Amino acid sequence: MKFLALVLVAGLAAACASTPRHVAPETFAVVPGAGGHVGTIVVHPEGGHEHVIHEAYGAERIKADGTVEDGKLTEAQVKADFGATLAALPGRPATFTLYFLEGKDELTPDSKVEMDKVIAELRRRPLPDIVVIGHSDSVGGLSYNDKLSLARAERMREMMIGMGIPAERIQAAGRGKRELLVPTEDNVSEARNRRVEINVR
Amino acid sequence: MRNTWIAVALVAFAVPAFAADNVGLVKVSKGSVQIQRGAEKLPAPVGAALQAKDVIVTGADGSAGVTFTDNSLVSVGPNSVFAIDKYSFDSTTHQGEFEGNLRQGRLAAISGKMVKQTPESMKIRTPSAIMGVRGTEFVVEVAQN
Repeated sequence: MKFLALVLVAGLAAACASTPRHVAPETFAVVPGAGGHVGTIVVHPEGGHEHVIHEAYGAERIKADGTVEDGKLTEAQVKADFGATLAALPGRPATFTLYFLEGKDELTPDSKVEMDKVIAELRRRPLPDIVVIGHSDSVGGLSYNDKLSLARAERMREMMIGMGIPAERIQAAGRGKRELLVPTEDNVSEARNRRVEINVR
Repeated sequence: MRNTWIAVALVAFAVPAFAADNVGLVKVSKGSVQIQRGAEKLPAPVGAALQAKDVIVTGADGSAGVTFTDNSLVSVGPNSVFAIDKYSFDSTTHQGEFEGNLRQGRLAAISGKMVKQTPESMKIRTPSAIMGVRGTEFVVEVAQN
């Protein structure tokens, strides 16, 4: 009700102040993100004042007569107006981390289960770009760990190809012990450092 | 040997799925969707690469979703015309510029790395306004006149 009153006042003020014109009506709105994150947009209507919108479903409308109104849409309105558009948004880039047994390119039992979720996620994307980056802990020399980490990445790549992901969409690289997740001294066995990151876009 | 591995890794990262001029990839394409590139009209199947200055045009049954190189996501709904007026992105510094132009129809977007680095580096123009994006998810409609 308050919003309606504001709109009426704003509409009257604008109608008195400016000469009538005819434009395509426009709507700008902030939509809450997947994790409930609410962003910010700044709308500058031509010849008007800039308006910062930073609440969920907060909106600005430019009406056919060129006047501007600020308010809020409902979730239902956004779904009704933008349902087909929102449904066409590609999947968000995602990162998964899987862990390995010491000195091997074999996943831990927990990570084997996790891998099934990764594959399910990949299959939901029509054309995934996948980068697999292998890492090791600091046990052993640089060259040994470069090879081990690449072997881990390659093993994951082959597993994904075996599950039906096209080979040309997956790149594999090894970073050895150059990028420890948990910083340690050299030659320390650390399970959290024996991992691959799978980045999917 | 070590240097060889580094070189291999660098090459692998330097040559991703995108060629130099490509700014994004069509990831979702439903119904009638075309890319207007200069005087050419191209089909826009899943996997089609987009360049700066391309215009995405959808029919009454069309919708399309694009992933840009900075990880921003943009989709357009039916009866929409969306032009990529400007796009640049440096994957090292995350500096860039994205100016989209929704001439008609509906758009939904989730901003990416360049907006995280520099708020309002992504802008959406419409016939009557210009909108700066500070992040992250938003919708825009330009209704029929």
